Amino acid sequence: MLSFILKRVLQTAVLLLAVSVLVFIGCQILPGDVAQVALGQFATEDNVRALRLELGLDRPAYVQYLSWLAGILQGDWGQSITTKTSVATMLSERLWNTGLLALVTTIIAVPLALILGLLMAVGAGRTWDRGASIVVLGLSATPEFLIGTLAVLLFAVQLRWLPAVAYLSPGAGISQTARALFLPVLTLVIVVTAQIARMTRAIIANLLTQPFVEMAFLKGVPTRRVVGVHALINAVGPLANVVALNIAYLVSGVVVVETIFAYPGLAGLMINAVQARDLPVVQACALIFCATYVLMILLADILAHVYDPRSTAQTAEVKV
Amino acid sequence: MSNSVLSIEDLVVEPVSGGRPVVDGISISVERGEVLALIGASGSGKTTLALTALGHLRPGLRIRRGSVTLDGTEMLRAAPQTLRSLRGRTIAYIAQSAAAAFNPRLRLDAQVTEVSRVHNTRPYKEALQAAHRLYGRLDLPNPEVVGGRFPHQVSGGQLQRFMIAMGLQESPLLLVCDEPTSALDVTTQVEVLRALKQGIADNNTAALFVSHDLAVVSQIATKIAVLRAGRVIEFGTAREILDSPREAYTRELVAASKHMTIGSAGAGHIIAPSPSHAATPLLTVEKVVAGFGKVTDGAPAVTTLSDISLKLHKGEVVGVIGESGSGKSTLARVIAGLHPAAQGKIYMDGKNLADTVERRTVSERQRIQLVFQMADTALNQKHSVGRILGRVLKFFHGTSGRAREARVAELLKMVQLPPEYANRLPSQLSGGEKQRVNLARALAAEPEILICDEITSALDTIVAESIIQLVEDLSKKLRLGIIFISHDLATVSTLAQEVTVLRHGRIVESGPTQIVLSSPKDPYTQLLVSSVPQARPGWLEEAIATRNRLRHALETDVLTPVSVSEGSRSTLAVSS
Repeated sequence: MLSFILKRVLQTAVLLLAVSVLVFIGCQILPGDVAQVALGQFATEDNVRALRLELGLDRPAYVQYLSWLAGILQGDWGQSITTKTSVATMLSERLWNTGLLALVTTIIAVPLALILGLLMAVGAGRTWDRGASIVVLGLSATPEFLIGTLAVLLFAVQLRWLPAVAYLSPGAGISQTARALFLPVLTLVIVVTAQIARMTRAIIANLLTQPFVEMAFLKGVPTRRVVGVHALINAVGPLANVVALNIAYLVSGVVVVETIFAYPGLAGLMINAVQARDLPVVQACALIFCATYVLMILLADILAHVYDPRSTAQTAEVKV
Repeated sequence: MSNSVLSIEDLVVEPVSGGRPVVDGISISVERGEVLALIGASGSGKTTLALTALGHLRPGLRIRRGSVTLDGTEMLRAAPQTLRSLRGRTIAYIAQSAAAAFNPRLRLDAQVTEVSRVHNTRPYKEALQAAHRLYGRLDLPNPEVVGGRFPHQVSGGQLQRFMIAMGLQESPLLLVCDEPTSALDVTTQVEVLRALKQGIADNNTAALFVSHDLAVVSQIATKIAVLRAGRVIEFGTAREILDSPREAYTRELVAASKHMTIGSAGAGHIIAPSPSHAATPLLTVEKVVAGFGKVTDGAPAVTTLSDISLKLHKGEVVGVIGESGSGKSTLARVIAGLHPAAQGKIYMDGKNLADTVERRTVSERQRIQLVFQMADTALNQKHSVGRILGRVLKFFHGTSGRAREARVAELLKMVQLPPEYANRLPSQLSGGEKQRVNLARALAAEPEILICDEITSALDTIVAESIIQLVEDLSKKLRLGIIFISHDLATVSTLAQEVTVLRHGRIVESGPTQIVLSSPKDPYTQLLVSSVPQARPGWLEEAIATRNRLRHALETDVLTPVSVSEGSRSTLAVSS
């Protein structure tokens, strides 16, 4: 099993390296010259050339790539072109905000979705399941901006309970942070729960048609144990993958939600950086998003592997 | 009646969607210590009937009327809690495929003792001890530790015994066994039957035993009910049914079970002697080695066939016998060019054949045709029978239009199906009819060599017999060379002039069928021959005795394989 994990970690490292190349190339082919954009339309040729020299843009692409990569490995993400501050500092604040949003959403949404999915699977075909399925399918097909906007209309405009904008100031207390987070979290919980619940229902409902489930019922095992033990233990692998993809989405794919609530997260930072041709920041964000996906899938794979006795036959054999 | 453990009265079960009832007015009862066998072909309603004893209906079915009383409780109207408390404790179920009925992610001990756990009958430690005692009684190796394994780590036969242990864990009043040995190899079947018989006798348990195999049933049942189309058409003690069957269908069943024994091969059935062997053989397999994984110095990483040689002449049937994992299907694939051999050669009419189908000429491919085991997966479900056959005709012979239609009708006639079947889809055919189409598909190529890979193992006894009859007729009429691969000795014995016995990928014995099967020299062949079920009383005990005698002669412990690789291979093979 250890060798499997080692192998997967190595593969992931190689994959991340490939991703870094792609991110770098992607940024190179973005239209527009960084120095030109940074200095504005009326900059003189000499100024632009000077800035290009200062930023090291005159060097061959592979040298630029290698020095960028070497920097990242040492924790130096470079310097923002527009704000002249270090990218690492800009990232750390945004990363924390995004992390907080993703964490709170995950803690609420994942257990909620799993329970909902299990209940739907148990009642598969009954009125409760059909009703819930329609609602969940509807919600997972509804774009986030609609859910977000409706939430703002209801809670901020009509009821005036919460602020419409989720501005997080660095020194804010818990209650203020909670108020700021409430609407974005609510929106994301709805979206993510719908997705995971639907997948959970499909995976578990399929397992419940298996002969070993019929056997468990015929042994007199109560329904909650059949579902909670016999079915669930077989669903760990696929469920881990579904959850991992949704968490990765929470880190990288929430541009719309961040924009609606003016939430200072990573996605927002990246959008601004792209508009400003602030390549070091764009590259850093892109790399973090990709790495999140790759690492979450790695985690899900390892978890699925650990839970599958067929893949860990060697260890089991030693025990016997 | 007071003594009845189970009594079913005037039970009618029908599909929710309407149509013919699956169980049509059946009344039966099982007394304490009695083993009642329900025998019938697939679709006769025997499993549905057996499951109602547990108060369980598969989805898509409903009860129209009748009652099922288990130890004083009306099962069809019992509350879920009542059913739950009875299931596993008063009545236990043993499913057909242990490989599918065990949860792949839970250890065997946990699943066997779960019955005690959910019914709260005793502490885990005691439950575990009880389970270990059962393992010992059921002859499982290392009873103290073997339950720590996962289902895929034991062989198919062992897994089936674990299921029997699971059924007996709480000493139920009634054991419902649904084809408990049908998915097993013959030698394993003997083992499991013995374990089951002993388990039932030890506890004075009553049992409902569902099977399609009369020979198996006769070893264990006290009474037999013959089911057909949801009705009991004949009922009596085991001896009455076997010795003096009244109904025509029962007589057919009894005849089929007798036909399927080796003893009758020599006596009742005269096999034509092999044609002259002086001529060049139609097909020669010479020292073939094959397996999986990287080939180094002609030896694959995992060897499934080693040093296999055989010859096939025109008009001859060569039987290849082996149990799951013996490499017999690999041999079929090697000859057909679907699996390249690592070593060795294959000649057709003395000419060396390329080892992959891609490098063989169209005419070479046309001359060797393979008939697959599962017609369900071999036939395209979306194509009509006419289209399935027509494609082959077009590909090999360029036949089209009216000529093709005529040829399709001719082919259907050859496999004894009416010409209008050309318009049907495979899903509109029965299992036996599908297998006939499967055969016709191979014949459409006008082959000289036909490889039949386990073509009868998925079929009911009577249907299987008619398919074998058909193959025999075809081999005579068309002078085909046929390689008939099967795990079933009896089938091969009625058909083949020459037979080759495979074990662990090696030939242990080969020669004329009558000689090999009537006086087998290799201990493994002896074991195989003695394991073919026979309907006469005392056969099971004799088979066990033979098996114990041969145990020492068989150098490795095949009877109870314990290594993980062996175990997982057999488990896989059971489902194939």
